[in-house]
Amino acid sequence: MVELALPLVLFLLVFGISSFSSSFYFPSLAKILHRFDDLWLGSRFASDVLPSLGRLLLGYGIACLAGITIGVLLGIVGPVRRAAEPVLEFFRAIPPPALIPLLIMLAGFGDSMKVAVIVTGSIWPVLLNTVEGVKGYDSVLDETCRTYHIEGASRLWHFVIPGASPQIIVGMRVGLSIAIILMVISEMFAATNGLGAAIIIFQRSFEIPEMWSGVLMLGLIGFTFSILFRLFERRALGWYYGMRNLERRI
Amino acid sequence: MNPERVGAAPRAWATADWLPRTLNGISGFVLLAVLWEMAPRYGLVNPKFFPPLSNLLGELFRLGTTQEFWAYLVSTARTWAIGLLFATTAGVVVGLAIGLVPGARKYTHSTIEFLRPIPSVALIPGVILIFGSRFQSGVVLITYAAFWQVLLQMLYGLNDIDSVARDTARSFRFSQTGFIVHLAWPTLLPYLFTGVRLAASIALVLAVTAEMVIGTFGIGRGIVIAQTSGAIATTYALVIVAGMMGVGINIAARAVEKRVLWWHSSVRNTEAY
Repeated sequence: MVELALPLVLFLLVFGISSFSSSFYFPSLAKILHRFDDLWLGSRFASDVLPSLGRLLLGYGIACLAGITIGVLLGIVGPVRRAAEPVLEFFRAIPPPALIPLLIMLAGFGDSMKVAVIVTGSIWPVLLNTVEGVKGYDSVLDETCRTYHIEGASRLWHFVIPGASPQIIVGMRVGLSIAIILMVISEMFAATNGLGAAIIIFQRSFEIPEMWSGVLMLGLIGFTFSILFRLFERRALGWYYGMRNLERRI
Repeated sequence: MNPERVGAAPRAWATADWLPRTLNGISGFVLLAVLWEMAPRYGLVNPKFFPPLSNLLGELFRLGTTQEFWAYLVSTARTWAIGLLFATTAGVVVGLAIGLVPGARKYTHSTIEFLRPIPSVALIPGVILIFGSRFQSGVVLITYAAFWQVLLQMLYGLNDIDSVARDTARSFRFSQTGFIVHLAWPTLLPYLFTGVRLAASIALVLAVTAEMVIGTFGIGRGIVIAQTSGAIATTYALVIVAGMMGVGINIAARAVEKRVLWWHSSVRNTEAY
């Protein structure tokens, strides 16, 4: 219960203060919520939010698969990794939005450009964290595998990847935040359809309550994905948290 | 013996295999450079969209002689620095407030968890309305996004204070100030540096974003202008510059971290026991 105290107070404060507002740019929270109900819980959901989410999931999915695969390969083969690491660090340091104009040049203004933007931005945390996770493979586990002659593919699938999974999932979490941001930016930039596009179009036509309702929707999406990811993390890493808790108690 | 280096791992260039390792590290770049130069020239990729590396480097040098380029660079750097400063200050102050005031963490936990995942780009429309395309828009975006990184790390750090040390301080009746100076601050300094390092990268991303989407003067705007006017080599060159800024920030952050945190075990590679 105490958890809800502060959010509730803040919400009431914002609601109360904004209902006195006659400013054009900051309408009352009541009006924004009213518009929210009109717009986003109706037809706009299918026409704007779903395409956005589709691109997000596609881009993020590709980024995770490619990032984990390449990361595992790099993590295992030492010399290739040492050659690739400086190059990867350079590409990672490029601010992903800076690549959008390049991708527009190469892929136009459509869906593939937006998915490509999401992939090129969110692949790096996944990739680099996977490399770290595989590189830091627990030595005791490694030696145990060698003693039991567990090698090759089954070692990879049953030991290396699960051993690296805490680090991989950290990378996936960061990648998700980046993916959401890039989804919005790519749509604001090449405003065809989507949530980011809708927000920027509202802003340009000075439909202010609609714009803020879009912002609210965006916040809700970010929050929902955060919770979903945490549920996934708890399922996948339950064994890890249990182990850490035991260690801490000793 | 240098007391800072006692027990530390040998410096990278002092190991026996430093030459093969360095060559190994450079080989990736060399391979990339060769590919990028050859592929457009032999028609493997469309040279209109992928100019050879030599063209790009030539364009980069040409840009370096124009005043506009340096104006872009300084503008982006300024927005980045101011935003980072605000974010760090706010993160430290709020972090200390939440971490040190008993009970504050419980009340603020849900609010933080709700506000944190809100993408900073959601603020773009609001910021356009208030500040237009002045650099303050970028500063607000950067401050919002980078603040969470610093705050998070501060909270991790304050959580991590060694319980034995804490009990010892209590037995010796440390004052609140003494606790903060001798216990809390050294514990959270490494976390704070991690937070600032992450915040610095995010700040650069958001500075460029603000310039691209809102049109604030800077590298991002330069990239958009170059792309819309079809100056492909310039576009690539400016993107490379943005990447170099990112790399530079990373290297600088790690160097500062190593200097200031020379006493911390993660830098010294020593084992305490």
